[in-house]
This record gives sequence, C-alpha cells and structure tokens, in this order.
Amino acid sequence: MKRRVALKVVGATLGAGAVAYAGAPVAEWAAGLSLDDTLRQHYKVLTEDELAQILRRHEDETKKLHGVDVHIEDIPAQDGVSFGYALNLSACIGCRKCAEACHQENNHDRRTNNSYIRVLEMEQGSFDMERGNVDYDHAVPAPGKYYMPVQCHQCDDAPCVKVCPVEATWKEKDGIVVVDYNWCIGCRYCEAACPYHARRFNWQPPEIPAEEINPQQGYLSNRIRPQGVVEKCTFCLHRTRRGLLPACLEACPTGARVFGNLLDPKSEIRWVLEHKRVYVLKEELGTRPRFFYFFDE
Amino acid sequence: MAAPAEIVGLPEPPPPPQPVLTYLRFLRRAIVLAFSGTWRFYAWMTVLTAIALVGLNAWGHQLLHGMQVTGMSDHVSWGLYIANFTFAVGLAAGAAMMVIPAYLYKDHDMHDVVIIGELLAIAAIVVCLGFIVADMGRPERMWHVVPGIGRFHWPVSMLTWDVLVLNGYLLLNLHIAGYLMYMRYLGKVPRRRWYLPFVFVSVFWAISIHTVTAFLYQGLGGRPFWNSALLAPRFLATAFISGPAFVIVLLEVVRWRGGLKFSDGPTQLLARIMRITVLLNLFMLGSELFTALYSGGAHGSAVRYLFFGSHGKHALVPYIWTAVGLNIASAILLHLPRSRTHKRWLLAACSCAFLGVYLEKGMGLIIPGFVPSTLHEVVEYTPTITEWKITAGIWALGLLVLTVALNVGLAVWSGRVRDSTRPPERAAA
Repeated sequence: MKRRVALKVVGATLGAGAVAYAGAPVAEWAAGLSLDDTLRQHYKVLTEDELAQILRRHEDETKKLHGVDVHIEDIPAQDGVSFGYALNLSACIGCRKCAEACHQENNHDRRTNNSYIRVLEMEQGSFDMERGNVDYDHAVPAPGKYYMPVQCHQCDDAPCVKVCPVEATWKEKDGIVVVDYNWCIGCRYCEAACPYHARRFNWQPPEIPAEEINPQQGYLSNRIRPQGVVEKCTFCLHRTRRGLLPACLEACPTGARVFGNLLDPKSEIRWVLEHKRVYVLKEELGTRPRFFYFFDE
Repeated sequence: MAAPAEIVGLPEPPPPPQPVLTYLRFLRRAIVLAFSGTWRFYAWMTVLTAIALVGLNAWGHQLLHGMQVTGMSDHVSWGLYIANFTFAVGLAAGAAMMVIPAYLYKDHDMHDVVIIGELLAIAAIVVCLGFIVADMGRPERMWHVVPGIGRFHWPVSMLTWDVLVLNGYLLLNLHIAGYLMYMRYLGKVPRRRWYLPFVFVSVFWAISIHTVTAFLYQGLGGRPFWNSALLAPRFLATAFISGPAFVIVLLEVVRWRGGLKFSDGPTQLLARIMRITVLLNLFMLGSELFTALYSGGAHGSAVRYLFFGSHGKHALVPYIWTAVGLNIASAILLHLPRSRTHKRWLLAACSCAFLGVYLEKGMGLIIPGFVPSTLHEVVEYTPTITEWKITAGIWALGLLVLTVALNVGLAVWSGRVRDSTRPPERAAA
C-alpha cells in the first residue's frame, strides 16, 4: 500500500512538472496580453473619447516599440465621395514603382518586402493569368508582354466582408473596405474568400527600421499592424480622404493610374469610365469592383 | 409522543430523495471512475497526455512568435489545421450512422452500443474546436464570435453557422449521452420526452455540421476547386466512411477490453453502410475528375496540380495517389466475402478507408483550394514540425476525451456502476 501511495505521489509530481514545463510558453503569452486590448470594443461602437485615448495609446506604444514619434489619426469618410480607381494597361510598363511606394507608405514589414500590389507580367494576346508571372526579373517592358498590377478592388459586393465571422472588416460609405486590426481574430477566412489576392496576414510582428517608418498614420489604414491579424489596401485613405492621391498613383512614372471621386461628374475617373474601353477583373464572380482596367484606343 | 419507530427500534425509513445530491454523487463517482483503470489504461493515458503536452508547448511557441512558425503563407493561408478540422467534422457527423439505425429504425443491437457513437461525437467536436483555436492568429479574441457579447456576423458569414452547429452538436450529444447514462446509473427507465426529441434533432444536426462545413468552402466563388455543388455530398459520403470505419475499430477495442456485452450486429451494419459509401465516394471523385480534366480551364488547374503537379511542383501528388489507392483498396476489401466472416479483413478495410479519407479530405481538399492562387501563382505548402506537433497534440487530446468518456460510459452503461441507494426501477431500455 505504501509503495502505491509513493508511486502516486511521484507520478503526480512528475505530471505537474511536465504540465508546467509544457505550458510555460502559453503562460508567457497570456502574461504579455494587455487587458485593455483584449477587452477593447469594436471600432464602430467606440465613443470619441475612447477612440482618442486609444489613438494616443497606440502612439505611445509605437514610441516605445520602435522609438519613433508618429501621428495616428482616425479620418472618417466624407459625404458625397465614392472612390474609384482605374489603370491604363496600355501605359503600364511593369516597373513596380507602385508596389514599392505602397511598401513604404503603408509601413509594410521589411523582411517579407510586403506590398498590397502584385504586378503580373502577362503574355500579349492572352488574358489567362495562368500564363502570367509575378516573379519576373529583367528589364521592362519586355517584348511580347504587357503588365497588369492587381490590388484590392474595394468590391461593392465584397466576398471578404461577407465571410468575416465577427464584422472585423466592412465597407465604408466612400467605398473603401477597411479592417479593424484590433477586432480581427485572425481566422483568415477573408484571405481564402478574396478572388484578387488582396489580403495579407501578419504572420509575424512587422519589422521596420525606425528611420523608414511613415509617421503619418491612419487608424484604419497604415498604422503599424499587430501580429496575427489581416490587413489590406485602403486606397491610402489617410491620404485620399484629405484630398491627396494614393501613394501608388504618385509613384507611377507613366501616368497609368487614375483615381478620383465617382460621384463627381467632372472627375478624371468619370471621364475614363465614360470614354475608354473599360473592364473589371473576374467580372463573372459578381463582386462589382471599384478598380477598373482600361486600354488606350 | 415519540414516533413508534423509535420505541421499537425499527431500522430508519429511507431518506427522502435529494436529486441535486444524487447528481453530485454521480458526478463525483464519474470523475473517480474516469481516472481509474488497469496499468494498460494508465500507460495509454500517460502516452496521450505526453503527446498533448508536446502540442500545448508547440502552440505556446506559435502564440509567442506568430504564425510564421507554420508553413502557411498569404498564398496558402490555410493548411494542416483546417485540413484536420474538416476531417474531424466528418468523424463527428459519422456517429449519426449509429444513431439513425438505433433510434429511427429501432435496431436493438445498435441500441446497445449507440452510446459509443454519441461519446465519439463529443470527442470529435473537441478535436474540431481544438483545430479552430490552433488556426486563429488571435485566440484571445475568441469572445468576438460569442453571440450577444461580440459581433456575430450571422446569418451572412458561413463561419458563424459553423460556430452554431458545431457547438450545438456538442451540447446535444452531451445532453443525450449524459441523460441516458445518468438514468442508467439511477436504474431508471429514461423518459422518452427527455431524450428522443434531442436524438431526432441530433440526426439532422449531424448532417448539418458537415453540410455547413462544406458550404464554408463551396460558397467561395474565387476558389474554383471548392466552388462545386458536389462538395457537400462528397463531404457526407466521406463522413459516412470515416465515421463507421473508426467505430468498427473502436467496437473491437471495446470488445477486447471487455466489460460490455454486445452482438456483432452493429459492426455488420456499419460495414454494410461503408460498402455503399466507399463506392459513392469513388463515383463522385470520378465525376469531379472528369469535369475538371475534360473541360480544362481554371477548375482543372487545381485538379491537375493535385494529381499530376504543375509548373514543376508536385508536393501533393504522392498524398492524393496514396489516398486514391487506399480508397480503392478499402472498396475491394469491403466487397470480398471474407470481410463478412473474418474480422481481420474488415479491420484492414476500415484502416484503409479511414486513412484514405484522411488524406483525401484533409490536405487533398484544403491545399488545392490555394494552389494555384487566385492570381494563378503556384506556391506550395509543407507543414512545419510545429504544425505536426500541434496537430498530434489535438488528436491526443481528442483520444484522451474519448478514453475517459468511454471509461465512465461503459462502466455505467454495462450496469457495473449504479446508484446503490435505490433499487432499479426495472430493466433499463
């Protein structure tokens, strides 16, 4: 009987030790969680005061983590504005300056060289993306090729918004699809649903050298994202909602990109949609993009 | 005046029934029972616990360092976890193949062992939930999917439907199994109205958990490999292969362990079901292959990658051909007359079927959804050792739950353990 008790005691001790050892990383993770962040409410129900406090807190955290003074703002959508974007395939030369500008503007992770834009090198005479290539590494434009940059199409019937189980992503009234980085649970269903490869997941905390951080940041756009959540192109809403143009457009050396307010009849984007031969990608899926491709005559 | 009993010293009358206390006593006995057994039981539990702890540790690393420790990428954004999740949902739904004959067709032999199917469903749902949690980038925000507290995007998001049906199925089975066992413990005849309605609901619910899980994928227009109306029927067919296959093996284990007497009827019925479902599944596979390969186009490119590789990438080719081989082997074995008379042949057929479906409906279903990507890039995926550890850990957890549940369940079900304070009402149903 004594031997049995002794065995049980030894077993229980070993067991408890094993549990403590195996569970240590989980405990460490749990200890590192901030209660404020874990219990934070959805963006849409935050009061102005709460949001202001949160913005300041994120600025302080950025200072602490990256050593940089940044300014994080929440810039609401304007009335009477509905954004649209068009891209001239006859003009695009595939230089990928847009992707690079996006990388810098939106404080993307440097290790993965992330960007919201992927540029496909397509074969002349074919719309088949299967024959396209994103990993080209030669002088552009190459003979017999044309180039098709793809980024978020800000669909009016967005599959990513539909599938999100917690409404962490939604369409704003100016047409931009945004993500609440502090509400996303990281299930990546939106990433599976998007037909345009527009979404990115933060597989690790982003790494950016302090001197490269863009200090002008939007709460719903280019602030430095936390690990484990999804992000996407926001048409640079921290710029465009103030009347500036998206960074990818400003960087384009050929003027292939046209951005503007679809509700303004005198805008360039309206002129393009009314006068050019325009198409949208994967129209058959019924996603109704706000991103258009067009050709010169 | 004092009561006469005191005067003549008769034994005290039985105390009035105290339902809460009786139930608590039942729970206490169940917990003690759950962890008592032979040295073999302890060895098995120790091995499972060790594997589960390895998984827990790996999950901790994933939480701390982010999901970069997995092989997933923005191109293949779901991997081993979701593959295993999908398979486990099928296993849970497969338990319905015991419930339907037992209650709907009044198969008395099946009735004797139906509790095993219900306990299996519970364990399989625990596995499902484990894989969902493992796949989340932000598990601490789990409360966001709780209706009422979070922001539950129902009915638009299919994932919210999955949350409802999986948790609902868990609760249904906990109630049914718990109620029947408690009545058996008390020696009472279960009241039909306290379990039969739930049983009927659970039958439809079992179908629904796998249909909803299929809809999760097949509703995505941007993923041609999944965007097929045949996905849900195939999910059900495979569920009714893997479920019965597992149960047949489990019944043999229970028989070998002893303690519960039951006929060979349930095993034979499940084998008969499998004889149909393996052929159905192969037929649907052929139909899908024909559509994809004969007409070509975007739908075909994922299938071509899966079966033959494309752009010089072949990671899934050995998986899927092994799966097809095992599925065909199980179909042949099940249709050999020997599988009716020789347990070994039947068990071999079940093992082939189980493994074949695991490969086909796990990695073989999830990964080609992402390869080629929506922009037709071919980026491959290989699970990392961390993913395998977590996966093994979650399955070990599921087996722990199943072992403990069966340990209690069989002791109560066989009548070995019952409430000694009251006489049995009459032979239990």
